[in-house]
Amino acid sequence: MRLTKQQRRRRDTWALNLVILPLAVVWFLPIWAMIVFATMPDSGIFSPDVTLLPSTELMANVRALEEETSFSRTFLNSLVTALVYATLSVLLTSMAGWALASYRFAGKVAVTGILLGTLTLPFFVVVIPQFILVARDFGLANTWFALIVPPLFNALGVLFMQKAFSMMPNELFDAARVEGANEWQIFIHIALPLAKPMLAALMIILFLFSWNNYLWPLLINTRESMMTAPVALGSLIGVTRVSWGSIMAGSIILTVPMLVLFILLQKYFVSGIAAGAVK
Amino acid sequence: MPLRTRVAYFFLAPFILIFVLFWIWPIGYSAYLSLLNTRGAVYSFNPEMNWGRLLLDPAFSNALKNTLIFMVIQVPIMMVLATLLAVALNSSLLKARGLVRFAFFAPVVVSEVAYAAIFRLMFNADLGIVNTTLASLGLPEVAWLSNPASAMAVIIMAVTWRWVGYNTIIILSGLQSIPQDIYEAAEIDGVSRIKQFLRITVPLLKPVLIFASVLSIIGSLQLFTEPFLITDRGGPGGATETLGLFVYRQGFNQFNFGYASAAAYALAALAVTFSAINLWFGRDRP
Repeated sequence: MRLTKQQRRRRDTWALNLVILPLAVVWFLPIWAMIVFATMPDSGIFSPDVTLLPSTELMANVRALEEETSFSRTFLNSLVTALVYATLSVLLTSMAGWALASYRFAGKVAVTGILLGTLTLPFFVVVIPQFILVARDFGLANTWFALIVPPLFNALGVLFMQKAFSMMPNELFDAARVEGANEWQIFIHIALPLAKPMLAALMIILFLFSWNNYLWPLLINTRESMMTAPVALGSLIGVTRVSWGSIMAGSIILTVPMLVLFILLQKYFVSGIAAGAVK
Repeated sequence: MPLRTRVAYFFLAPFILIFVLFWIWPIGYSAYLSLLNTRGAVYSFNPEMNWGRLLLDPAFSNALKNTLIFMVIQVPIMMVLATLLAVALNSSLLKARGLVRFAFFAPVVVSEVAYAAIFRLMFNADLGIVNTTLASLGLPEVAWLSNPASAMAVIIMAVTWRWVGYNTIIILSGLQSIPQDIYEAAEIDGVSRIKQFLRITVPLLKPVLIFASVLSIIGSLQLFTEPFLITDRGGPGGATETLGLFVYRQGFNQFNFGYASAAAYALAALAVTFSAINLWFGRDRP
């Protein structure tokens, strides 16, 4: 028996939704479990008849966490680091991207080649020399410099902004040159404002990278006053005197602000991630 | 120097300064370090030592083996899942699209440490929620994190959980650039949806799939935080030890920077080789 077009459509709709919707529920479960467990004492989390409904111990868990690590201090360190890092990185990489998009100069091909050619190298190749340079040669372990400056090497933003600027019509900039504007003014007052959506997407991706960065801060900032929140939280995992409830409380403190940002700014997150794929 | 060139260098200089200091110089310096004997207080030149040791060290070959096993299993599973999800999210037949999208994309923004913590907790052998659920369904419980194969399975599930949405976003952007009228024409000719997917969608998505695979392969070779935190430094008994953990251990537990650098270069060689193979598969045939 051949199905009519409408029957086929109905069948496909059912098949698709019956697979995807339950899978989506499963996919959200770890985040939901994180939120729920943050409100429970460990006796609740490890109860044989545990239910995934919020309980009442959230504040007690947050207080226990704060006593264990001064979590609020490390949270602030992470926030300042991510904000300053993302701002500086957007500025540096958009300046470099602008240079590559707008001018012909000696060495341009070489610079682009090196940026692209080293993109696939893993961070592990540079982690030891970076550590030696910052901790031993500069003596700058446990400083803001150590947290913020070395990760600024990331070249993705340069390529991202180069593409954004080279898609803009040149006539616009030439008109400003005729009016007597200098190159810096053209960059600041014309090019950057035109690139706002791309700058926002880049800023968000860089903020997220810095906020979640684990290995480098783990190595370079070991003093508690300069620790970032992921490192502080990571140091509690597997420590028996620390309750899982308070680790989950720390986890949602790190996660929920990002989720809210994601809901509000989904468009920018998505275009920032997708940008790499579109040639 | 022409004015334009000077202006260009002015815009490039701040980034290039950082880039050379914290990226180019370290790349060169770790190549040099890999040729040194760094076990004593004074380093001495001894090119065979680290590289020779790498070939014979059972701990290194274990880390290499685990990393490759992880890559070969995890990357294809995730790419297939991400492709199907992207097609589903792009389909007009899907209900509750906004919520589905949120469920799969949200893990992308979850802190690595936070998600490592929740996976370790969920897969706890005694009364972790996964085992509690298995028990309530009458299924046998599993000592997830203390059994080599299941510990690796947990790491694979965790990484897939976090990164599938990221790849879906990339593939979705590729899907949206495929002209809709190709599908309309196929629909009129009565081509089934499965055939449409295999004959139209997959071939046209190839460049995007290759790009996403390269990113995932490089990421999988650098696996560190998950085995560090979920399986407690590569446990049980080194079953989830990865090259990333090996470099960390040699560099920052043993402080044998030369040997760690050699291992890091082996890791980089793998990343470059696998990316090149992938790009070769994705090249446009004449």
